[in-house]
Amino acid sequence: MSEAILIQNGRVIDPSRGIDAVQDVLVKDGVIAAVGKNLAANGAKTVDAKGLVVSPGFIDLHVHLREPGFEYKETIATGSMAAAAGGFTAVCCMANTKPVNDNASVTRFILEKAAAVNGARVHPIGAITKGLKGEELAEIGEMKKAGVVALSDDGRCVMDARVLRHAMDYAAMFGLTIVEHCEDEHLVKGGIMNEGETSARLGIKGMPAIAEDVIARRDIDIAAYLKRPVHIAHISTLGAVESVRAAKALGTAVTCEAAPHHFSLTEKSLETFDANCKMNPPLRTADDVAAVKEGLRDGTIDCIATDHAPHATWEKELEIDQAPYGIVGLETALGLSMRLVREGLFGLPRLVELLSTNPARIFSLPGGTLKEGAPADVCIFDTEKKWTVDPAEFVSLGKNSPFAGWELFGKNCLTIVGGRIVYNPSNL
Amino acid sequence: METVEKKFRGRHLLQIADLTADEIMGLLNTAYKFKDVSEREIKKVPTLRGKTIVNLFYEPSTRTRTSFEIAGKRLSADVINISTSSSSVSKGETFKDTVLNIAAMKPDAIVVRHGSPGAPAYAARIAGCSVINGGDGANAHPTQALLDLMTIHEKKGTVENLKAAIVGDILHSRVARSNINALKMFGAEVTVCAPPTLLPHGVKALGVKVTHDIREAVADKDVVMMLRIQTERMQQGLFPSLREYSEHFCLSAKVLKSARPDVLIMHPGPINRGVEIASDVADGPYSLILSQVTHGVAMRMAVLYLLCGGAES
Ligand SMILES: [Zn+2]
Repeated sequence: MSEAILIQNGRVIDPSRGIDAVQDVLVKDGVIAAVGKNLAANGAKTVDAKGLVVSPGFIDLHVHLREPGFEYKETIATGSMAAAAGGFTAVCCMANTKPVNDNASVTRFILEKAAAVNGARVHPIGAITKGLKGEELAEIGEMKKAGVVALSDDGRCVMDARVLRHAMDYAAMFGLTIVEHCEDEHLVKGGIMNEGETSARLGIKGMPAIAEDVIARRDIDIAAYLKRPVHIAHISTLGAVESVRAAKALGTAVTCEAAPHHFSLTEKSLETFDANCKMNPPLRTADDVAAVKEGLRDGTIDCIATDHAPHATWEKELEIDQAPYGIVGLETALGLSMRLVREGLFGLPRLVELLSTNPARIFSLPGGTLKEGAPADVCIFDTEKKWTVDPAEFVSLGKNSPFAGWELFGKNCLTIVGGRIVYNPSNL
Repeated sequence: METVEKKFRGRHLLQIADLTADEIMGLLNTAYKFKDVSEREIKKVPTLRGKTIVNLFYEPSTRTRTSFEIAGKRLSADVINISTSSSSVSKGETFKDTVLNIAAMKPDAIVVRHGSPGAPAYAARIAGCSVINGGDGANAHPTQALLDLMTIHEKKGTVENLKAAIVGDILHSRVARSNINALKMFGAEVTVCAPPTLLPHGVKALGVKVTHDIREAVADKDVVMMLRIQTERMQQGLFPSLREYSEHFCLSAKVLKSARPDVLIMHPGPINRGVEIASDVADGPYSLILSQVTHGVAMRMAVLYLLCGGAES
């Protein structure tokens, strides 16, 4: 068993219990043993967190760990350690591996690999349909038994509404939420960037916002009709945010996540033709960015998820129409999210809610709280730490980031998973 | 000429926005000089002797490649053509590797034609020599816009404050984008004319007027540029048939009646006779289509000469 750890004098922020105060956190036997003032060390290893924030570890509902099949982009091990470096204590990995995680044996493979890693916990997300084809349901019950925490065909939308309807109904029997990549594939066919003024000027094939809007709307309607939950992945458009806001007001069980790049960059970034600015959904307009930010502030958007999508450097050096979609996000998520705090959009407790409390709740995952007896998944971060993004320093194998050279404030210092310190570069 | 030369040496030509209006006029003046070379019996000057120019073409193109090739050869440069069918591209080498390998052979300029927008800009970042955009996707085709300006300039004596119409597939046209940018740099009022499905969704960002009526488009214009329509667009469901397209957007003698008597008709080629332009109009007195081709060589000689910085002849 791991040694006991006493984290002293940090600003403890735990929205699950409404705590925001300078306190100590005692970790013992893999769980949170106590949170309070002046706790006795009793031989525990002490960590001085003075001036730092102590929070339940971050949970990322949307990462691509690429294993099995694309180990040259990322592995479960490197992705899990990159997550830990970014302050994440758990990540949920999407099913678009090779083979696809559409059956229990792939799920078990992922979990076996994850068990051997000294990083963030890895929770597999199973495919909704066999081979992500959008046609026949995957073996959802078998995968649930093996350990999937949600279902998604991410990377692709379930275009057939009838299939989605059956998936929502069937998954409900196992308490699994459907996660939708909302994108009408006919409307975006061959698109590279957001359709609008910038794509018109650059002559780059566009992906219209309505491709996301109409599917988000459709999925919300289906969920409302069936009275089933649906989680919308990487929400990026003003229209989709408004649909979610309206649906929530009506009591529909819809939740959604936003990725840091969708509140940090606009379509204008494509003016350099940099394939590191090519992602799906694409970077949108300033109005969309404003809508995402407002959604994060007012609760329409439940959580921040990175859509961490590592690719080999050479792949992103291909011509922009050949280069794959996606960027890495685990190690820049905190710094980019802290920009919203520094802008005054919301305070640190809301930030922790978005990165930890809410994602845990959405998929009913362990963690996301510092309640006594909860798994000791904790991160300690420095909100004032100024640093420059250098992808070469990423733990992730993926160096594909449009944020290279950005000066950010806020960095994770120490990560504890299940009571064990898995990341502590400055030896706190 | 010497100062113009110095300003250009070693630079890239990726888009019209890389140039100032003064620089464009400098290019035009240089191109006029080279136009004379093409009229001589011995169509060759030693200006770029010892220089190497590589035409790296990822798209089939007879016209532009030949134009660059003749331009380079008339300047005495060594011109090497690499096209997808004969290069390692088809063997699966990446664009980056191809460019780096060509660059390692120390050419003085690489002309890149590519279906992917931004490919020449990427080549420019890694090549270590001048890169000229020979057309990239629907993004830009700067030498086409420059030769078009030259063609207009020769007829009108000016390129300032023109009224121009561009008719056809604006959505997929790099020629349209570069010409809009170039014409507007000199104060032009540009109208685009196409079915809405062949206009980019954010067309107002281009700073142009929009019409779907070709008669309205050509009325009162100094210049009318027609664009080639590709049958591929019909298969993509952007218009129903060539017949219906030409019914609405073909520049016919009848349509031309709405135009001014001194209108200039242009087309970057290759033309589809009877589809976007009627045969008699293409061959008619207002048509500058072949003049554009002639100016293409002269303008590309000017571009190569200035970027490669040849010695004074
Ligand atoms: Zn997705």
